Amino acid sequence: MQPFAYAAAPDVATVATRAMRGAEFIAGGTDMLQLLQEGVRRPEEITDINGLPLSSVEEEPDGAIRLGTLARLQEVADHATVRQRFAVVAEALEATASPMVRHMATVGGNLLQRTRCLYFRDVTTPCNKREPGSGCSAWDGQNRINAILGGSEACIAVHPSDLPVALIAVDAEVLIRHADGAEHWVPIEDFHRRPGDTPHIETVLRQGDLILAIRIPAHAAGRRSHYVKVRDRASFAWALASAAVALRTDETGTVVEARVAAGGVATKPWRLPQVEQALLGRRLDAAIAAQAAARATEGAAPRHGNAFKVPLLRHTVERALLELGGFA
Amino acid sequence: MQEPARSFGVTLTVNGQQHRLEVDARTTLLDALRDRLHLTGTKKGCGLGQCGACTVLLDGRRIVSCLTLAAMSQGKEITTIEGLADGDRLHPVQAAFVEHDAFQCGYCTPGQIMSAVGLIREGHARSEDEIRELMSGNICRCGAYTNIVAAIRQAAIQGG
Repeated sequence: MQPFAYAAAPDVATVATRAMRGAEFIAGGTDMLQLLQEGVRRPEEITDINGLPLSSVEEEPDGAIRLGTLARLQEVADHATVRQRFAVVAEALEATASPMVRHMATVGGNLLQRTRCLYFRDVTTPCNKREPGSGCSAWDGQNRINAILGGSEACIAVHPSDLPVALIAVDAEVLIRHADGAEHWVPIEDFHRRPGDTPHIETVLRQGDLILAIRIPAHAAGRRSHYVKVRDRASFAWALASAAVALRTDETGTVVEARVAAGGVATKPWRLPQVEQALLGRRLDAAIAAQAAARATEGAAPRHGNAFKVPLLRHTVERALLELGGFA
Repeated sequence: MQEPARSFGVTLTVNGQQHRLEVDARTTLLDALRDRLHLTGTKKGCGLGQCGACTVLLDGRRIVSCLTLAAMSQGKEITTIEGLADGDRLHPVQAAFVEHDAFQCGYCTPGQIMSAVGLIREGHARSEDEIRELMSGNICRCGAYTNIVAAIRQAAIQGG
């Protein structure tokens, strides 16, 4: 690890001041420590934000849930209201990492987790995300775990987190504080960026910005929801493919609201509007689930090592719909 | 307000005892426990949060001590494997591991036991499937899993 200066920040204004001069944040530390140990990040200064009063999980008067950016993954997964009204979020969190990591990692940090692309984590190889302009080693290299959706020739690294995939299914928003003190809400769908030719820029955050909270609106509780994660082993692994589904049906069983998103297959948490369209106005059954899921991979651009993710994603979405509908 | 520095003094509360030490900012909690406080029961495996050998309790919750800095652990109650037994009387989870022969080489064992203590406190060791899922962060290269699960099941039933 390269030497760095460390201090805890007493308030958000100090956080912003330090970030503007180049300090990086540490919260749960579960990804940051790995990046520091492997030399992927070499900050001169680290600001510990754990002392800020941003760790509560609160129910708002209208039934929305507000997660402080420092809320721990396990605490949110265990939260009775989250489990009851936003099952997809609790299920995604329970499928994340290990219990130890879930006790440490924060929801804000989880949105900013860096990719597990082999080459991003290996500083001896070219990687446009780690070293802009150096080239993409995954394009013609070992790309089994890489993206089939949302990539560019510059980068096909997968966004590895489960939580933001589930958050798309519940229309969550992210509260950002800018260095000048202004705050604004960003829909989770717009928070992450596709790599294009600037894969080192992964979100809409600018220098000095701090995530304050994530809000799940009350109306999303009107949907039944579910998360399915497919991995190389049964537990404690990143997704090869995952699906978050949330459906609201009327009294006849017809789907009147649908949110479907995928993880493990795309360069950012990936909404699948064409699958949603195929569900709207229909009564969910096994045939409709298969038809809708078949549309999940429209536009997919697999490489030689990850073509298996095309049928895997379809089947993962189908399974999520079938399980949600009680057909599997 | 503390200004950013590359080394400084920290106070760690480990197994009920306060320790004051000077650390480099990069010092992980794991390295502080082992190399500075000579509490070598906590083991260093991968150093990247993947094996669970360094599991300790922080304010009663299980964490991996390799993925946090010593400086971030100030003001918290840290419990290591050395803090479990009551004198010569083993903690119920330790006793269950002995009874069930839940190890072979023993390197992962302190982490397994600390993780199991945390798991039982969480109230989620109600079935073997649940134990397997919720102990997935602790790797045993010898493959003593069958006996580890049996030991935890027994300790949980006995109130761990």
